Amino acid sequence: MSDVYIMGVDMIKFGRFPEKTVPQLGAEAALMALDDAGLTIQDMQAMYCGNLGQASSMVGQRVLQQIGQTGIGVVNCANACATGATAFREAWMSIKAGVNDVVLAVGVEQMGKGLLGGGGGGTGIPKEGLLGSGTMPSVFAEAGMEHARNHGTTFEQFAKVSVKNHHHSTLNPKAMYQIETPLETVMNAEMISYPNTKLMCSVNVDGAAAAVLVSEKKAKELGMARAVKVRASILTSDPYSDRDLVMPDVNAVTRIAAKQAYDMAGVGPEDINLVELHDCFATAEILHYENLGLCADGEAGRMIDEGEVALGGRVPVNVSGGLLSKGHPLGATGIANIYEVSTHLRGEADKRQVTDARIGMTHVIGLGSACAIHILEKVA
Amino acid sequence: MVDESAPLPVVDWLKGAGTDDPYVEGHKCGVCSAIYLGVRSHCSKCGARDQIAPTRLGNKGKLYSYSIVHRSFPGIEVPYISAIVDLEGGGTLKGNLINIDPKPENIKFDMPVDVVFDDALGRKDQDGNSYVSYFFQPAA
Repeated sequence: MSDVYIMGVDMIKFGRFPEKTVPQLGAEAALMALDDAGLTIQDMQAMYCGNLGQASSMVGQRVLQQIGQTGIGVVNCANACATGATAFREAWMSIKAGVNDVVLAVGVEQMGKGLLGGGGGGTGIPKEGLLGSGTMPSVFAEAGMEHARNHGTTFEQFAKVSVKNHHHSTLNPKAMYQIETPLETVMNAEMISYPNTKLMCSVNVDGAAAAVLVSEKKAKELGMARAVKVRASILTSDPYSDRDLVMPDVNAVTRIAAKQAYDMAGVGPEDINLVELHDCFATAEILHYENLGLCADGEAGRMIDEGEVALGGRVPVNVSGGLLSKGHPLGATGIANIYEVSTHLRGEADKRQVTDARIGMTHVIGLGSACAIHILEKVA
Repeated sequence: MVDESAPLPVVDWLKGAGTDDPYVEGHKCGVCSAIYLGVRSHCSKCGARDQIAPTRLGNKGKLYSYSIVHRSFPGIEVPYISAIVDLEGGGTLKGNLINIDPKPENIKFDMPVDVVFDDALGRKDQDGNSYVSYFFQPAA
């Protein structure tokens, strides 16, 4: 089986673009990734497109209607917040399978404002605020409080995640926000679902990101100077755990994905130079330090306290600003994370560059649940 | 006799709505003992087929995790405590923890709670039906 390389990858600056359509946003990112690869839409043999909000309406084809209807096969993917990473992985798999040599993956989303989740559904009366809360801030607050229960993690430690990621985003011109948020500001912001304040919730933004994946043969033909090797691509669903159906277990699904990813890549957590992980809420990031093996169980609070996960630390996490400040356009997030890590491996991350980055990891969770992990490696 | 004016259950696993003996019904796998809420045929823990039987769940439990909800959708009264409770005898339920001031310092992990049944906060469906829901409160 051929190794798979990223030859082009890019994202639009995340923001709010009500004047644009989903296909227009996807087309922008697709063209940027093609330019980055030095290729055209005519060179692509297939397209995998991730989008949630319009999942039943052929977003990938509508992107091609903006930039080139070449007749290639298009697969539209929806997998909650793992949607973009799933599209990327399907593209990877088609090259692994020997079916394609050059493939385009696009993730795109246009978001409204406000709370996600908790809509209920079913018949009868609304259940929100009656059978607890199903909003995303509450669900991830409860996951965080489970960590507090097991390890004594404090509100302040959760809040420090947000301070860190907002600080990182001041160095990322493509992030939605470039604003410092000191600890008191984070902790005193409007409480949404304790312990998540408003500044500890990811930002709903519009965004798009895209990647051009190629086989080893094609990569050699095009030149390896800026190529990024995909060392592992893993997708898992939530395994049975005792409370999973009442309280979604984002830990088990990540742990099995991380183990498989390290096995596939033949590396361990100690080899990872930077991580973009799924900080949909500040509480979530803490859990994943341990789930991804970046530290031992119970050590996550210490990691954030001692700055090990900040830019300049032992293993910087979410130097892009993360979902908390770069923003979280659901279908685009998985590929935007891959853009961020690739940019560091290429040594092109400017002020936020992680020194000597050789191997990086991306992680997303789609609640319900899906986990996708990629391990990427610098080639040249 | 069916009492036409009796309140309806908020979810189909709340049984005995409108009687003096309401309870939460689980469905238990006869092979691995996993407990589910709601009717199902097969076990997602062990994969056993057609071994699931209804079982009455306990009305005492311990607080496993929670969040204090301060922002919700329009019309939902806040703050309130969204609680995850492990029931004595097995099974986990999510619901509102009531009759306690919703502040972190008042809420302790593993605090014993009772499952209580009451009107669903005055909520009615479009046909005007009342509902019975379950809640948690600090153990008596």
